[in-house]
Amino acid sequence: MELVAEQRGEILVVRAMQDRIDAAGAIQFKDRMRDITAVASPRVVLDMSRVAFLDSSGLGAVVAVMKALAPDRKLELSGLTATVQKVFRLTRMDSVFTIHDQVPDGLRHAG
Amino acid sequence: MGCAMQDNAQRALIDAEMPRTTQVTIPADPLAVREGLRVLFDTALLRSLADDDRGTAEIVLAEALNNIVEHAYARHSGDIEITLLLHQNALICRIIDAGLPMPNELLPAGHLAAFELTDDLPEGGFGWFLIRTLSRDLDYRRVDGRNQLSFRLDTGQLAP
Repeated sequence: MELVAEQRGEILVVRAMQDRIDAAGAIQFKDRMRDITAVASPRVVLDMSRVAFLDSSGLGAVVAVMKALAPDRKLELSGLTATVQKVFRLTRMDSVFTIHDQVPDGLRHAG
Repeated sequence: MGCAMQDNAQRALIDAEMPRTTQVTIPADPLAVREGLRVLFDTALLRSLADDDRGTAEIVLAEALNNIVEHAYARHSGDIEITLLLHQNALICRIIDAGLPMPNELLPAGHLAAFELTDDLPEGGFGWFLIRTLSRDLDYRRVDGRNQLSFRLDTGQLAP
């Protein structure tokens, strides 16, 4: 599971480079995210614009990363593709995450 | 005009040649599921579906297959046979494995866990919920020591 991280102002942007987060890669995704988010950044945005497919194991892994960062830090998502969006919507996880169409500007303060 | 006629003729030829059914057998492990889905979704049968229907089919098939790897075979080796048939606006799916039976030979209810606080958020249990929500005519039976799961997925396209 290739993840590329970049600090943009107050936001740590993590770009998922592979086209799927599935049962075969979910644990690796979780471990890599834990390593990457070890840097102190109040907001973490996971850019999923390259991820065409996510199964329930992948969803569970994203939720686990979010819970690991809480309560002090926040995992936000960006660029959900159609099928990924469907999984989040059906499981109502779209109400749990802040979801952006595009990676937000880290220099501006959110909310 | 002549060009359009040729297109129609060509399409008719493709429709006639396109198999309405496809079958693959994969070993029961997560990477084989990923590769098996890639092969299936590269077949003419599944390429003929609209993007939205393809997405739904991939979600349901992935959940059904992952469940077999994780629970029926419980990470032991074995085969999974997947048969797909496109018939009258539906993709009919049948999945057979020789793993352990479902507990009490019944499909899990697949309810979505309730949550209020971040700490309560479920990290699993979404699989059967997604299968039940997106499929219809879901059927499970234990036949001759094998699990047989079948369901239909509505497709928007007009299959002849």
